[in-house]
Amino acid sequence: MLLQISEPGAKPSARPRRLAVGIDLGTTHSLVAIVQDDRPIVLEDWQGRVLLPSVVHYHADRRVEVGYEAGAWQSDDPENTFISIKRYMGRGRGDVPERQGIPYRYADTSGMVQFETRAGRVSPVEVSAEILKALRERAVRALGSELDGAVITVPAYFDEAQRQATKDAAKLAGLEVFRLLNEPTAAAVAYGLDQGAEGVYAVYDLGGGTFDISILKLTRGVFEVLSTNGDPALGGDDFDHAIYDWLLQDTGIPAPAAGDARRLLAAARAAKERLSEQARTRVTVPLSNGSTVERTLTCETFEALTEALVKRTLAPVRKALRDADLAIGEIKGVVLVGGATRMPCIRKAVAEFFGQAPLSDLDPDRVVAIGAALQANVLAGNRAGDDWLLLDVIPLSLGIETMGGLAEKIIPRNATLPVARAQEFTTWKDGQTAMSIHVVQGERELVSECRSLARFELRGIPPLVAGAARVRVTFQVDADGLLSVSAMEQTSGIEAKIEVKPSYGLNDGDIARMIEDSYRHAQDDIAARRLGEQKVEAARLIEATEAALAADGALLSEDERSVIRRHVEALREVAEGSDWEAIKRASDALNDASTEFAGRRMDYSIKTALTGQKLEELQV
Amino acid sequence: MISAATRDYFELFQLPPVFQLDIDRLDIHYREIQSRVHPDKAAHLSDGEKRLFLQWATLANEAYRTLRRPLDRARYLLQIHGVETGEEDNTAMPAEFLLEQIEWREELQEAQARRSQPALDRLSVRLRREMNALLDSLATLLDVERRHSAAAEVVRRLAFLEKLGRDLDQAQAELEA
Ligand SMILES: Nc1ncnc2c1ncn2[C@@H]1O[C@H](COP(=O)(O)OP(=O)(O)O)[C@@H](O)[C@H]1O
Ligand SMILES: [Mg+2]
Repeated sequence: MLLQISEPGAKPSARPRRLAVGIDLGTTHSLVAIVQDDRPIVLEDWQGRVLLPSVVHYHADRRVEVGYEAGAWQSDDPENTFISIKRYMGRGRGDVPERQGIPYRYADTSGMVQFETRAGRVSPVEVSAEILKALRERAVRALGSELDGAVITVPAYFDEAQRQATKDAAKLAGLEVFRLLNEPTAAAVAYGLDQGAEGVYAVYDLGGGTFDISILKLTRGVFEVLSTNGDPALGGDDFDHAIYDWLLQDTGIPAPAAGDARRLLAAARAAKERLSEQARTRVTVPLSNGSTVERTLTCETFEALTEALVKRTLAPVRKALRDADLAIGEIKGVVLVGGATRMPCIRKAVAEFFGQAPLSDLDPDRVVAIGAALQANVLAGNRAGDDWLLLDVIPLSLGIETMGGLAEKIIPRNATLPVARAQEFTTWKDGQTAMSIHVVQGERELVSECRSLARFELRGIPPLVAGAARVRVTFQVDADGLLSVSAMEQTSGIEAKIEVKPSYGLNDGDIARMIEDSYRHAQDDIAARRLGEQKVEAARLIEATEAALAADGALLSEDERSVIRRHVEALREVAEGSDWEAIKRASDALNDASTEFAGRRMDYSIKTALTGQKLEELQV
Repeated sequence: MISAATRDYFELFQLPPVFQLDIDRLDIHYREIQSRVHPDKAAHLSDGEKRLFLQWATLANEAYRTLRRPLDRARYLLQIHGVETGEEDNTAMPAEFLLEQIEWREELQEAQARRSQPALDRLSVRLRREMNALLDSLATLLDVERRHSAAAEVVRRLAFLEKLGRDLDQAQAELEA
């Protein structure tokens, strides 16, 4: 072993920094950022570009292209080239508006939509995973090493199914998700830390396919989301379609072929973007039949075409303010996020509504990725003590189906996460041992008007006479906004087994199959992957336990300490080997052995938190 | 070790169990606790610790939500004292109160029918005033006179008014849409 000699006075280097990235997985563009020397950096591709178009193209041999290369196929091979895939995440066929110019071939499935491509059937989760893989590779190249984890952003208004789909995509891409972070919250982090802001802020985020509004309160390093609202199907794309419809109407061309439609849409979008800088612009689109569409579009016409869209963003803003119980005048600043907020009509509408010019000092394309990277760095444990805290909320109420197709709310929208609610159910037949609970999300009273999330089938309820069993079901929503359900029969203390049937998601089997599939294609070895993951978890556990013993070992007796130490050593030994199951067993054993210790530390930590606080208060 | 599930909310925040709570201190203590127990603080820790943080952060949120809202705080205090508020069964409400409720409802419906924002706003102001008066009397009943069953009755009244307030909000939202 080499001796480590440090310079006098220099601290021996702490454990190696964990590599964590922030990813903005956008409808239109995606980005990846890291923190280096305390500064966020948005990573570029080999050509110096930071934006990766969220476009994925499938070849017949399942070879996949992502980004600009994929974009080049848009008009020549539209059925196999996916743009704006984020609109389909966790969505069923009926949820996505049928619009002209969408060339995909839907597979005949229930649940989340799937598409037929020449490389076979793909789900939006797999398409998104390709984008994430491309970003992961970009980061690995830049950092020269594998990543420990990632923060991935989602629209605040994403429901549970959309969040789960995003997390599944990350899993498929081989990323450990430290956190799904809401895009507006990420933007606030980027702004708040940059400018030391305090007070109540609104974040107005109009991207390519989604609109989000969040009201946040910043108090000494705590970012508290007061309310959030939005429209998951409203974005810059809709402004493109407004121009597209105008072009078709103005020129009188009938429904165009898919390739032409893509060309017209691309031209519409380019024209829209030019109008952010100039008063009028020329739109020229060569069609496949040899003719050319040529029109001049002025700002006035564009504003008239899109007035209703701009207005549509203000209704969610009002709702968010009401939910936060705030008047417009109480908003200290408005942050603009998303490429579509470059449109002058949006800036004007926002300024008028809030009675103040919005903030846009940071590049609206990058601000979300930067916030995500800053948070990833904190979650990786790379900062000591002086970090901040994000308190997010659940965007839509969670409910369960009751008699007559009614939804009974269990967790109200805008409840601070994590949150849990328990509900008691009983059996209605003698000897009944199973029941099914249908969980929905949304504000409406009828189940049919809310989004169906999943059916939870509880089994193993002890057979009793009707009405005697007391099944207490706990609905837990974690900091990512993801739901888990557990159930216990109260009179017997027997835990029910639960099978989850997601309505628009993938079940664990699907994901496992996709991961195996992707390995088969990548000629990789899934066992090696599993072993790698177990070793990482073991290393993490050993490190955390040792740090805990060093800091708070005094909370344990000598005997208790040595029990834990023995488990640490046992784990360290098997972790050298290559039996992933043995490593898992030893990890579980160490976890069990330190549960009591963890609990005492938590208690101690809370007590000292508040005593420390009291001292501060006295000093004021 | 005190498990997350059984913690008394006031004790958790180290505040006295009273209705007239120091809200600023509650806010500060809440943030202080969350900055120790939030799952984000465990992102780099083991799965077992992640679970523990999740439980405590969930408890802190629940406790904060309960103590932050006056009506829930009153219900919680009564529960500590073993007093049922009996809100599921509201047949016990006095007739004059129920009549008043009907009047409120009629005014709400009328304002809705006329699509009158100012009328809704006026109703909202009056409702708030009424609720504040009841909350003041709760403070006396709970903290000074310790008349818990009288307090339970006020809680029942407030529950009615709160429901009315939600419907009023809903009506205002519908007008704006
Ligand atoms: N200069 C501009 N003027 C108007 N719209 C723009 C401009 N730049 C980008 N956009 C629009 O912004 C949207 C993409 O925004 P972005 O924040 O990248 O979205 P997402 O987060 O959904 O990927 C697209 O509709 C794009 O046309
Ligand atoms: Mg975005």
